[in-house]
Amino acid sequence: MSSALQEQPHEEVAESKSGYAVIAPGHTFASVTDKIASIVLRKRTPFGWFIGVAIGFMIVQMLMLALTWLLLRGTGIWGINVPVGWGFAIINFVWWIGIGHAGTLISAILLLFRQDWRTSINRFAEAMTLFAVACAGIFPLMHTGRPWLAYWMFPYPNTMGLWPQFRSPLIWDVFAVSTYASVSAMFWFVGLIPDLATFRDRAKNRFVRMIYGLGAMGWRGSARHWHRYETAYLILAGLSTPLVLSVHTIVSFDFAVSIVPGWHATIFPPYFVAGAIYAGFAMVLTLLIPIRKFYGLEDFITMRHIHNCAKVMLATGLIVFYGYVIEAFFGWYSANTYERYMIYNRMTGPYAFVYWLLIMCNGVVPQLLWSYRIRENLLALFGIAMVVNVGMWLERFVIVVTSLHRDYLPSSWGNYLPTIWDWATFVGTIGLFLTLIFVFLRLLPMISIFEVRTLLPEAQVREETMPTTTTVAPAPAAGD
Amino acid sequence: MSTTQSSNPNLVQIQSRQGRIDEYHRLRDKVAAASQKSGRQYWRSLEELADTEEFKSYVYNEFPEQAAEWNDPVGRRRFLKLMGASLALAGVSACAYQPRELIVPYVEQPEEEVPGKPLFFATATPLGGFGLLVKTNEGRPTKIEGNPLHPASMGATDVFAQASILNLYDPDRSQNVLDRGDIASWSSFLGTARTALEGQRGNGGAGFRILTETVTSPTLAAQLQGLLREFPAARWIQYDAANRDSANLGALQALGAPVNTVYRFDQARVVLAVDSDFLQCGAGNLRYARDFITGRRLEGDTREMNRLYAIESTPTNTGAKADHRLAMRPSEVEAFMRTLASQLGAGGAAGGGATYTGHAEWIAALARDLQANRGRSVVVVGNESSPTVHALGHAVNAALGNVPNTIYYTDPIEAVVVNQTVMIGELVRDMNAGAVDVLLIVGGNPVYTAPADLNFGDALQRLSEGQNKLTAHLSSYFDETSLLCRWHVPESHYLEAWSDARAFDGTAAIIQPLIEPLYGTTKSAHEFIGAFGEQPAVNGHDIVREFWGAQTQVASGGDFEAAWRRILHDGVIPNTAFQPRSVGVSGNSTGEQQSGQQANGTTPPSVPPATNTNAAPGGYEIVFRTDPSVYDGRFANNGWLQELPKPITKLTWDNAVLMSPATARKLEVETKVEWRGGNVSSDVVEVKFQGRTVQGAVWIVPIHADDVITVHLGYGRTRAGRVGSSTNDSKVGFNAYAIRPSNAMWSGAGVEIRKTGERVELAATQIHNLTMDREPVRVGTLAAYLESGDKHLFVGHHDEPPDGMSMFPPNEEVWPVREDIPQWGMTIDLNNCVGCNSCVVACQSENNIPVIGKEQVMRGREMHWLRIDAYYSGDAHDQHSAAGPFFQPLMCVHCEKAPCEPVCPVEATVHDTEGLNVQIYNRCIGTRYCSNNCPYKVRRFNFLLYQDWDTPQTKLVRNPDVSVRSRGVMEKCTYCVQRIQWAKIEASKLRRPIADGEVVTACQSACPTEAIVFGNIKDPEARVTKLRNGRRAYPLLGELNTRPRTTYLGTLRNPNPEIEPPVGNTTEKREGIHHE
Repeated sequence: MSSALQEQPHEEVAESKSGYAVIAPGHTFASVTDKIASIVLRKRTPFGWFIGVAIGFMIVQMLMLALTWLLLRGTGIWGINVPVGWGFAIINFVWWIGIGHAGTLISAILLLFRQDWRTSINRFAEAMTLFAVACAGIFPLMHTGRPWLAYWMFPYPNTMGLWPQFRSPLIWDVFAVSTYASVSAMFWFVGLIPDLATFRDRAKNRFVRMIYGLGAMGWRGSARHWHRYETAYLILAGLSTPLVLSVHTIVSFDFAVSIVPGWHATIFPPYFVAGAIYAGFAMVLTLLIPIRKFYGLEDFITMRHIHNCAKVMLATGLIVFYGYVIEAFFGWYSANTYERYMIYNRMTGPYAFVYWLLIMCNGVVPQLLWSYRIRENLLALFGIAMVVNVGMWLERFVIVVTSLHRDYLPSSWGNYLPTIWDWATFVGTIGLFLTLIFVFLRLLPMISIFEVRTLLPEAQVREETMPTTTTVAPAPAAGD
Repeated sequence: MSTTQSSNPNLVQIQSRQGRIDEYHRLRDKVAAASQKSGRQYWRSLEELADTEEFKSYVYNEFPEQAAEWNDPVGRRRFLKLMGASLALAGVSACAYQPRELIVPYVEQPEEEVPGKPLFFATATPLGGFGLLVKTNEGRPTKIEGNPLHPASMGATDVFAQASILNLYDPDRSQNVLDRGDIASWSSFLGTARTALEGQRGNGGAGFRILTETVTSPTLAAQLQGLLREFPAARWIQYDAANRDSANLGALQALGAPVNTVYRFDQARVVLAVDSDFLQCGAGNLRYARDFITGRRLEGDTREMNRLYAIESTPTNTGAKADHRLAMRPSEVEAFMRTLASQLGAGGAAGGGATYTGHAEWIAALARDLQANRGRSVVVVGNESSPTVHALGHAVNAALGNVPNTIYYTDPIEAVVVNQTVMIGELVRDMNAGAVDVLLIVGGNPVYTAPADLNFGDALQRLSEGQNKLTAHLSSYFDETSLLCRWHVPESHYLEAWSDARAFDGTAAIIQPLIEPLYGTTKSAHEFIGAFGEQPAVNGHDIVREFWGAQTQVASGGDFEAAWRRILHDGVIPNTAFQPRSVGVSGNSTGEQQSGQQANGTTPPSVPPATNTNAAPGGYEIVFRTDPSVYDGRFANNGWLQELPKPITKLTWDNAVLMSPATARKLEVETKVEWRGGNVSSDVVEVKFQGRTVQGAVWIVPIHADDVITVHLGYGRTRAGRVGSSTNDSKVGFNAYAIRPSNAMWSGAGVEIRKTGERVELAATQIHNLTMDREPVRVGTLAAYLESGDKHLFVGHHDEPPDGMSMFPPNEEVWPVREDIPQWGMTIDLNNCVGCNSCVVACQSENNIPVIGKEQVMRGREMHWLRIDAYYSGDAHDQHSAAGPFFQPLMCVHCEKAPCEPVCPVEATVHDTEGLNVQIYNRCIGTRYCSNNCPYKVRRFNFLLYQDWDTPQTKLVRNPDVSVRSRGVMEKCTYCVQRIQWAKIEASKLRRPIADGEVVTACQSACPTEAIVFGNIKDPEARVTKLRNGRRAYPLLGELNTRPRTTYLGTLRNPNPEIEPPVGNTTEKREGIHHE
């Protein structure tokens, strides 16, 4: 480990340049545990939670209806056609997968880089990742003409002796997304174990104790447990790290490998990854700002976190915007009729309003984040995060629809108009996402208790006072 | 595949099938009884032994009961039931629901019948009279091909013949004799009708009228004339909406007799088409297209091409093919012809009347070109032109000495020539005057098609309601006319009844049935008319056979039986083509009509329809035309034709008010491409002509003449059937007959057009007509072709990617190709393509391609494997500068490096060793990635369940050699792999290689101009290889390194250097088609 990285924990940990701490002063181990555990282990569920779940669940019903109708009638209930063979389904798939990226980035990469501010938001972001991937997974399955045969995309031994076509990016997708989903779930679960043990120990109700006890898998907090936990967590972080880069790279191959003007671009992998992190942080902010307020978590999710999320958004947003500029530049520089027309059509064709809206949402509006005052203003930040969420969706719309609707032969050009079923499926997955988030907030610690405790001054182990024996609990987040 | 000898044994087979089934039942009962007695029993499971109801139903359905309902539109209530059923289905291997059927071996194998092996029988189509070869599978006709022995077909077919097979199986066809709408029997009709006729016997049939369509069937004409001998005072009226009155009157004026004009385009160097779509419409169009292209074909060392000039008031395929095209108002055509005639010194032609002042140089150049090719030119006038124009055309042809080199005259092919428009007017007058007691309408739909000013429907209704009056309609459908007649008799389809027909040159062919009538109650026109004759019970076969038995040219050999078998086998009656007949051109062709000699002694046409000379300048003119898809409306219920993109407009499921961009601007109307993919919203205008109005949607055609609108007939049917009828909810076009008066059957001036403010949506399969500098269609000039020394005239530097661009090794390394394996390839010669759509329908028929309906076409989901793209060049907003459309048939080009293949996740689309890009429907899961990645966008996806699994009749029309695709799978052109397999099997049986030309794809076989050539590109002697290596060949989107197996041959124009000076620099050989 470099000395620069090691320096930080030895400073006044809680202070950042903006003057905000990663945890509000005055907290003790006990107060942290009490505060976070009380959100779950309480008798009365807040009324607002019921309203939220009810809305989410109603939207899920719409999703169920839309999917059932889809299975009965076929993908023709959507607006797709020839030439636009992919519509909302793939747009939404890429969008949701992108949103998931923030979780993995926060939990794995920032862990390895020892960014202590991640600890307050990683649990939540990981949950968001899982739910976003769940929403994303619906689309590639359901957009096939015969979803009941989609399992043919897996390499399983079969009597036909047939394997999938490994040259197809869709097969890479299958592996990338399923690996991503399983590693993320594993990472999340492992990180939950000490906290589940805390819940087990604090639960009043025998049934609740049993349930959390099962999840805690016999965690007793012994030094050996901590040692193994740390090792496992680091290994998983190491496994997840390449996934942050690989998943969206492979998703971008769905486009980049094809020969469609507007898809066939070498810039896609890095620009998709940056876009994914951009979208992910926007979604983290979108959810954190109201939840932090609602549950009174300002002490743990401080303005330091908010600032950092905003800065990541600004940085990745600039990369994404660079991508747009380079796409346009290469469209012109290629001197290729089709590429030139593609970019010209994006800017002036029937879907030009979507393109310019996208530039506005993803390129122009986020520049406000340069301003310290804007970053201080939660309402403005929430608004910008929402705009970016929309912008990232529009980006996928532009890539999928405007590239396809006018490709090589003008005779087959057409347009694309989503139907009510496209919208119902899309909005339905948002409902599913919200419902899952609400359930998560109610049943699991949304902030990692034991990790936040390491942020407290008393958790800092100073060499001169450090006992020779291993600290039992709480341990530093990342043991040396 | 060869024609099989003799008449149809399937008829015998079908008749005896019921008997065999009965026998099977008896046998089964016997076996069952025997097994009862013996001690041992076998059972498949305990449930069977228990014989429970559940087990019985399980055995019956094979799958759970709800499974069959996948096909049905799902109601709310069935929602959950189905969800349950799908769970149950998971345990059962997936397959289609099979209805219970008896599998019975032939007790007596019908002659030549081998199950699984198709038989071909020669017959002919009543519409156009050209010969057909119809393929039957196990006794059901499945595909129509042209008869190469027939001079009007030469092996090709048009869209109507191709699609007519769907009419045979149309479930909406009428199936019962109806008496005022109630089901009655044939015998009760016969009793009533014969009684009524007996009542007429006293006055010689003065109150007896027979209304037919144009009769070209010699047998039917003889029958009718026989009936008229019995009832001398009766009248036989012919009426067709698309009749030849003008042509006949023009011939009468100019030549003194209503002769039939036959053109020999293959002999012509210069062709002038005057409002004539001879490549697409009218009798003989297939042969004319073949001959015309023969004069243009550039294969081998040919260095000559004919030159086509077209004058037209409405855009046609012929105009699109023209080297020089002039759009003008219909009223100007006569003046133009007069100007031309005077420049050519045609006798007395310049006598009176206005002359055309515009385009003087153009006309002078044309006149010089015609003059320079005296005796080797043709002036062809469309049936829709006025009699005077026809007369002028005859005069010009005579002046140019074209008769008899490139044109000859024969007796008319109609059995009796009458002025149909006048005749139907007289009929209505008689009906209104109470002079008609018995009216038999044999075919046709006059209530719908009769001129609007006659109010034929009202007259017929009053007649039907009258005391002691009898009206009867023989028709395939219970249509608008049937509704107003007292009696309706269902008519047999031509594929299930005996008849005969004459083609454009008089060649007669026997219409031989391919199947027993699907509905036993149907009658052919011969049987219907015969029922009133001396032998009412005689069947159609005997009537037709007897007639030809009496004809000298057939019976001359002595052995009529052998001659008859020969006729049925060949599909052509020998020596029936009319001999050229000499006629003198009348000196006074522009003056009053001459009372010439009348063929067959009928009443001379009294007054020719008024010609619309000197229309008020600034006013609008209207042009009526039959529809390129549904003709005069008779094909309105044919889904293939309704969904067939019209050649020029690419519109489906609708007709429209066609106009030029300038006219649209003047009227402040527009069409706008909407968002769903193929939908275009269009302003509705009200067209008022001679006091009658109709409302229709506007469609803008770049090459349309200004201040003229074109409306196509055949739409707005109210009783066509479930496909073609307009209802309150959905309109299928508008009825242009409603404003078509008898004095302006084809065109007229003084139209008022008013924008209504309403907008409707139309469905088109191509909504972008400019090439955007992409040169999908490559156009050059003959001069450049001859001058240029380039090996490849149309291949530019960007067409071939540099070597080593691909990561993948060349195909030859991946799949070492064995010497004996052919490599299939195709060439499409755009110089030959006239955009007639025959290939599109042929492909649909051959490959079981579903019809999806207007709503789905508007969503951009049309399923045609083969489409014809049409591109314009020049300024799309100027009728004179805009050229084209240039046609390009496009189906899967079978790329050697197919972009669709590597992206399919499940290997559902792969390459085979013969170079075909094959699609495996069973393996396809429907990701549509292949379609996205296909630069040609030729893949078609079953977004919904488009195939009709339920209607029993539609099962019969399908080609058993081609899989029927269900929902959720991708499909595309296979190069007719089933025909390749067939040829391979035939060749391997004889242990010989497949000969060149042995595999003929469906599109190739239907093409009248032989634009499509298919074969083994490894064979250097194959025609396809030679064309592929020819100078005009180019790969479509070749720069993508897809290496398509279909190669296009660029089209050449042969402009008159006086009108269009050649470009000096030969490197400027490609004209390209420019974005405006």
